[in-house]
Amino acid sequence: MTEQITPVELEKQRDQILSSRDASKPTIMVCGGTGCLALESDKVAEALKKAIQDQGVDAKVELKTTGCPGFCEQGPLVVVHPEKIFYTHVKPKDAKDIITETITNGKVVDRLLYTDPITENKVLYEQDIPFYKQQTRVLLKNSGIIDPEKIEDYIAVDGYKAVSKALFEMTSEQVLEEVKKANLRGRGGAGFPAAIKWELCRKEKSDQRYIICNADEGDPGAFQDRGIIEGNPHSILEGMILGAYAIGASKGYIYIRHEYPLAVKVIKQAIVQAREYGFLGNNILGSDFSFDLEVQLGAGAFVCGEETAMMASIEGRVGEPRTRPPYPAQKGLWGKPTNINNTKTWAWVPHIINNGADWFASIGNEKNRGTMIFSLVGKVNNTGLVEVPMGISIRELIEGIGGGVPKGKKLKAVQTGGPSGGCIPESMFDLPMDYDSLREAGSIMGSGGVIVMDEDTCMVDVARYFLEFCKFESCGKCTACREGVKRMWEIVDYISRGYGEEGDIELLEEIAHAVKIGSLCGLGQTAPNPVLTTIKYFRDEYEAHIRDKTCPAGVCKALITFEIIADNCPGCTLCARYCPVEAISGEKGKPHVIDESICIRCGVCRDVCNYNAVVVR
Amino acid sequence: MAIDINKVETIIGEHGKDENDLIQAMLAIQEEFHYLPPEALEKISEQLNVPMIRIYQVAAFYKVFSLEPRGKHIITVCKGTACHVRGSSMLVDQVDRVLKIGPGQTTEDLQFTLEEVNCLGCCAIGPVMTIDNKYYGNMSVSKVERVINKYVEKEVVADD
Repeated sequence: MTEQITPVELEKQRDQILSSRDASKPTIMVCGGTGCLALESDKVAEALKKAIQDQGVDAKVELKTTGCPGFCEQGPLVVVHPEKIFYTHVKPKDAKDIITETITNGKVVDRLLYTDPITENKVLYEQDIPFYKQQTRVLLKNSGIIDPEKIEDYIAVDGYKAVSKALFEMTSEQVLEEVKKANLRGRGGAGFPAAIKWELCRKEKSDQRYIICNADEGDPGAFQDRGIIEGNPHSILEGMILGAYAIGASKGYIYIRHEYPLAVKVIKQAIVQAREYGFLGNNILGSDFSFDLEVQLGAGAFVCGEETAMMASIEGRVGEPRTRPPYPAQKGLWGKPTNINNTKTWAWVPHIINNGADWFASIGNEKNRGTMIFSLVGKVNNTGLVEVPMGISIRELIEGIGGGVPKGKKLKAVQTGGPSGGCIPESMFDLPMDYDSLREAGSIMGSGGVIVMDEDTCMVDVARYFLEFCKFESCGKCTACREGVKRMWEIVDYISRGYGEEGDIELLEEIAHAVKIGSLCGLGQTAPNPVLTTIKYFRDEYEAHIRDKTCPAGVCKALITFEIIADNCPGCTLCARYCPVEAISGEKGKPHVIDESICIRCGVCRDVCNYNAVVVR
Repeated sequence: MAIDINKVETIIGEHGKDENDLIQAMLAIQEEFHYLPPEALEKISEQLNVPMIRIYQVAAFYKVFSLEPRGKHIITVCKGTACHVRGSSMLVDQVDRVLKIGPGQTTEDLQFTLEEVNCLGCCAIGPVMTIDNKYYGNMSVSKVERVINKYVEKEVVADD
């Protein structure tokens, strides 16, 4: 397929692809996302392939590697369509049984089914699992169904229909108006209306305009952009083509972190395929509109997620932010008008063009429309990517979809918005997850990372962690950010080591204020948020570190000791063998003891103990 | 360590033609050699027509670049928030105990380099450690030595 196709031919192709496929034929979908790959899903796919050949059922079943279905906790995931029988924690040795039982005999392999941690019932189908049941999947709908390496799979699910519709049935103004009417707010975190930005860029007089997809997902604990790119790369390309048409841009860049090697490979492949089909390049689908895309790799600098820093990086320079105005819409890449949107924002555009602004407005709440993808991680039972309507309460998200905290621990807080966000305490969990409510609480939506913290998480340690992050990632241009964040880190680090003094909290608040107003870009302006929110909601924990020199959560190494509970310890010697400094002694079969003067508090004894005999005090 | 300068020329040619492509060309060189050899940087300066001072500025700014030779195997410990709350800093300490290298350091025999990374995006299976782009999810302190040994043993086999 190298010839350029027209809209009519695209529809013909789509019909052909669909009619060549038998929807009732069993298809085994193996997750090939980074999460499942880390748990060796590639070996599972190989074993399934071999089992299919060995048992001679090639004609009866299809095997497909897909992107991430989101339930990473349960990986490697294998889903058998069309019924969507959901197998979890699949090992290569299970492949034979899946083929013999499920494909040949039409039976379910019981041991691989998902067990609901609350009811302890086995759940057969994907759609019945609580984790999925309460989601509204639009952007993630096709991740886990299509093979991200095959453009035909995307075309089969109405892919590139919106481009065909926009280019031949709508003017560029109409495309912009539709997105404006939908009130699509930027999914990168700040929530600025996308179409307003587009319009500013479009109005600027210039011979050249650029658009950029911000896939530099630098927030630690967030991976929704990676999920979409690895699962459904063409949806982003299609969104960018539509945006470029509305704005009048002829060239686009996808700026993606080099830390996502699989996503980089997938998106590059998708661009090549889209060019072959004539969705990118000159005269797209035979229209007058031309647009092409290039991938730019980030080189490990968090600040490059900021738009002016990102543009500097694309131009091959160091990624330092600059003052605005001029805004990118006025003077962006190489001085030309440029529009930057987040990956998820672009991915929404085809859905809005296909289904209309009214449909989009029907999801979510009045000011925050559509869905948001959260990466639900940390101390929560069901971790993974979840897509829910904007405005769902934090509690619904964590207890409903997330299934609560593991091991019966007590829920303490959530951290949203990465290093720019803040911690919200359990008492405020009825707050709706939308741009405005989170901002009022002192946090931000950010790109959608939700990190759940239980009673074993120390809030001083969390603040120290984010300050360390920002201290390292500050580009150094603004003094307030470069020096202020460092001082704040020092103070919190001292507190966590038991050297805190009265007045430290007030000093932190004062510096935080100065850093906020003295920094050019979002990094510095928001870097104090984790400290300010933890002080606001967990002041007593700071005070315990400062006054009593204790860490109530048992995390800060200088303030804790490890102890073996004699009653629980059967004397298996495992901890003594693993202890790197030989601080544990005891006879076999008798309770062991930790010598506190030698112990380096690495926690390996607690890690290996099978009897819960090691505790922190 | 002598490097194949023809290879360097080919790599730069594939990834860039002018100063705008500087970072992409440097990333490709780093990918190949695990660090930025001075000879390669001079070639970049020549081929892309960029002064050396700007190349060093870029090399110093972006975290991924290294001007020092790095180990044959790169161990990366994720210190993203999700991994952090699940104890990834203890993995770093454990690698230090096993190989005697801290973050950013390389073993004397140039076999291993330890790096920290902000987030690898597989937060659901944290804490995560990677060796040469192979991911090890749900890691624990007690597993570290066993995983590292897989790579040490490979070396012995290769030397035979």
